Amino acid sequence: MDKELKFSWSEILKFGAIAGIVAIYVILVGMVEAFNDRYIISETVTLGQIALFSPVFLLGYFAADKARQIKSTGFAILSSALVGLVGGIFVAALLFLGANINMRAVFLNVSPDLLKILHLGQETMLGAIAANLIISAIVGLFGGLFALTPHKWSNALLVGLSIVLLMGIMQELMTITFGSKDWYKPIGKFIYAQKGLSWGGAILFLILGAAYSLWRGSGKFRPAAKVAKMPAKQRMTVSLAAWALGLIILLALPKFLGSYPSEILTTVGIYIIMGLGLNIVVGFAGLLDLGYVAFFAIGAYTVGVLTTSGKLATVGWSFWMALPIAVFLAMFAGVLLGIPVLKMRGDYLAIVTLGFGEIIRVLVLSDWLKPFIGGAQGILQIPKPHIGGFVFKGPQQMYYIVLAGILLVGYVAWRLRDARVGRAWKAMREDEDVAEAMGIHLVSTKLMAFATGAAFAGLAGAIFAAKLGSIFPQSFNLIVSINVLSLIIVGGIGSLPGVVVGALILVGLPELLREFADFRMLFYGALLVAMMLVKPEGFVPEKTHARELSEKEPFAPEIEPEAPAREII
Amino acid sequence: MFHRFMRRHDTTDIVMWLIGFGLLAAVLYGSYVTLSSGKYDASVWLDFTIFGLAQGSVYALIALGYTLVYGILFMINFAHGEVFTGGVFTAYFVAIALENSGFIERHWVLSLLILMAVAMTVSVLVAVVLERIAYRPLRGAPRLVPLITAIGASFFLQYTYRGIYGSGIKTYPDFPALDGKLNMFGREWPILTVQALVIVVAALMMIFLYWYVQKTKAGKAMRAVAEDKEAAALMGIDVDRVIVNTFALGGSMAGVAGILYALLFKQVNAFMGFIPGIKAFTAAVLGGIGNVPGAMLGGLFLGIVESLGPSLILDGLGIPSPYQLKDAIAFTLLVLVLIFRPSGIMGERLSEKKA
Repeated sequence: MDKELKFSWSEILKFGAIAGIVAIYVILVGMVEAFNDRYIISETVTLGQIALFSPVFLLGYFAADKARQIKSTGFAILSSALVGLVGGIFVAALLFLGANINMRAVFLNVSPDLLKILHLGQETMLGAIAANLIISAIVGLFGGLFALTPHKWSNALLVGLSIVLLMGIMQELMTITFGSKDWYKPIGKFIYAQKGLSWGGAILFLILGAAYSLWRGSGKFRPAAKVAKMPAKQRMTVSLAAWALGLIILLALPKFLGSYPSEILTTVGIYIIMGLGLNIVVGFAGLLDLGYVAFFAIGAYTVGVLTTSGKLATVGWSFWMALPIAVFLAMFAGVLLGIPVLKMRGDYLAIVTLGFGEIIRVLVLSDWLKPFIGGAQGILQIPKPHIGGFVFKGPQQMYYIVLAGILLVGYVAWRLRDARVGRAWKAMREDEDVAEAMGIHLVSTKLMAFATGAAFAGLAGAIFAAKLGSIFPQSFNLIVSINVLSLIIVGGIGSLPGVVVGALILVGLPELLREFADFRMLFYGALLVAMMLVKPEGFVPEKTHARELSEKEPFAPEIEPEAPAREII
Repeated sequence: MFHRFMRRHDTTDIVMWLIGFGLLAAVLYGSYVTLSSGKYDASVWLDFTIFGLAQGSVYALIALGYTLVYGILFMINFAHGEVFTGGVFTAYFVAIALENSGFIERHWVLSLLILMAVAMTVSVLVAVVLERIAYRPLRGAPRLVPLITAIGASFFLQYTYRGIYGSGIKTYPDFPALDGKLNMFGREWPILTVQALVIVVAALMMIFLYWYVQKTKAGKAMRAVAEDKEAAALMGIDVDRVIVNTFALGGSMAGVAGILYALLFKQVNAFMGFIPGIKAFTAAVLGGIGNVPGAMLGGLFLGIVESLGPSLILDGLGIPSPYQLKDAIAFTLLVLVLIFRPSGIMGERLSEKKA
């Protein structure tokens, strides 16, 4: 018994230390300061404080969750508060050090402003340290209590808090979008204060979110099941109506939202097109392509070169004439780069495609090709597309081109998925040798995947060039490939709706949070790691792939991890 | 005759050969034009080669990290370039402190040792934490899973360094003792002192590593785990510990490589590790990944090719400002090796030994 108690104490120290180290990391990397001007709840809670205290909350949660299984509830609550306290000691220590020695020479972010934030409104050092310890302990305690609440209620609370957070972040967007509309003014006045949500708004959203979660959890909300029970004819009508309604909403969106949100949506849309393409290569066919941005660049540069009226003007075609050429060239490049890597598998393929992407980037930047594609200065004056007299001049108009592109590409991807070639891709993903033995022609199947994926990226690139009106090589670096890869992984590898969800989360949300721009890649990197560790099948998983990744597969043979490694050498 | 040829080799093989021959012809033609034009004389070529050797030995040290990990876990530690950055970037702040106190001028050897110790410590720490958090839980997962994790970790670390230390390019302090040409045994040698030091230190590290892997008990355990994890575990080897050891060893090599890199190129920033990382991976593949001497030779070879390539080949082909395409040469080499000889230069010997 004594030994077990000791184990728990050291466990508390461990959890607390992790919380403290993560909190210090969040501080040093600059998030607390950068997010501190973003009020979620007026004059009370900033996003910076949320970033500062969420490690303590989380570790308090985990500690209580673990302690509950071994010990009494009381002990669990106590341990979560103690974890919070230990975490608070770390932060307080950083505060003390930062105030007494100049840490700024190394840790850029330990500025006087940051120290002021860490004082949490207290004037004296002693008061600040006490405030840190007390608040951390309380937040840790809340984490513990959260772990002990029944699942139904904690879930409801979580949904409610997420809605509050989301609405807090969206304040600026809401004001820009609806600020001038008459119907919005009283609503806006009620939910938002000068900065952040008003208390009334926060409570309203908390209740709304929690109520929604409880209602969904009660099992009464099952429209899909209801539709499935209907007779065939009625079912058809309902789904047609749902599609029509969805389409009308999508068509009306830019008019309703205005210019800035449309801009965000077009960016998201371009990533959706690319995501659908990479999803075919990585998700369906299982070929990890890190040089995907190359095809995006080829599409963009083709449109740029063929349509520009600037210094590099060539034929001066219209966008619509250049578009098929761009898609075709990207597709051709996909086949061309696909041939050499036909015999490669897994990680070597990833590195080679990464190499291709880098080679193309270096070539685009070089003086050698500068007379044709402008080198670092890029291509300027790319005309906007037009149909007759209608010019797609702003984001509100470009939106329709992007939407048309998504619908087209989405339809193609959806049809291909269950077509002969789609099934061949999946078979190849599971096991190349077996697929070949089953009569699948690996060469053409692989090249088909590369070509389709590349064509989609080419389309996205073409639209991208027309949207911006000028293109620069900096827009086509490895980061784009990683972004696209992240969004299909978050959405669920091989899942079509997953691409849309992933793009909205990973591309849409950061656009709302300008301060977030600096931490975007940091976040993506952490997300890739976390997804692989916790939820490799993604948030909207595709069925077969989820089964493949989970270990509960009924008849899966135990494959030794190193077995396939020998094959690629 | 033709039919038999076609039956033995499919179309893609033939396409590949044509590409290969085309590139080979371009390389030969470019070299021929440059050499016959006499644009550069022998001493310039010697300088290029020595510079290539120096940067190649840095690549070789980084490549050892890839090769060691691959040899044991069969995964590409994509974030190894960031392990390298972590050490040298952290040591930068120590270097600045040493310079401000005048310590570098007074005891440059000691300062160098201190910097290396700092860089090694941080790199080892990064490598070990990386293994613990990101890779260990994924042992035995499908192959793409750890690779994607490694890519994520790589970006996470890059932007962590940027967030913590700032985004600017920082200039490493100068070592006055290392300026100019090497002066030894009463004459001046045609090599910069820095380059000589880099080559010597890298060689010493590689000898140490070779000794460690071949002669010590820990090295023996490492080789046993690389051969067969289960059998090694049955023989009483703590596999987890050996894997941590491997990451630490790779990390320490990367730490030293970082300081050498800083001595050669003088600049550090948060993203500096990425390109050398990929190049070192190229070097590891060149030498046959998983093969320690192979990684060393691959690094040196890549360094020399990269240093000679632009002026020897690209200049001859009439490409303006060929040095911009330096990286493209390394990546092309990577692609070619992976396509034509994925087992690497020394791969054959390795497979014989393991068979």
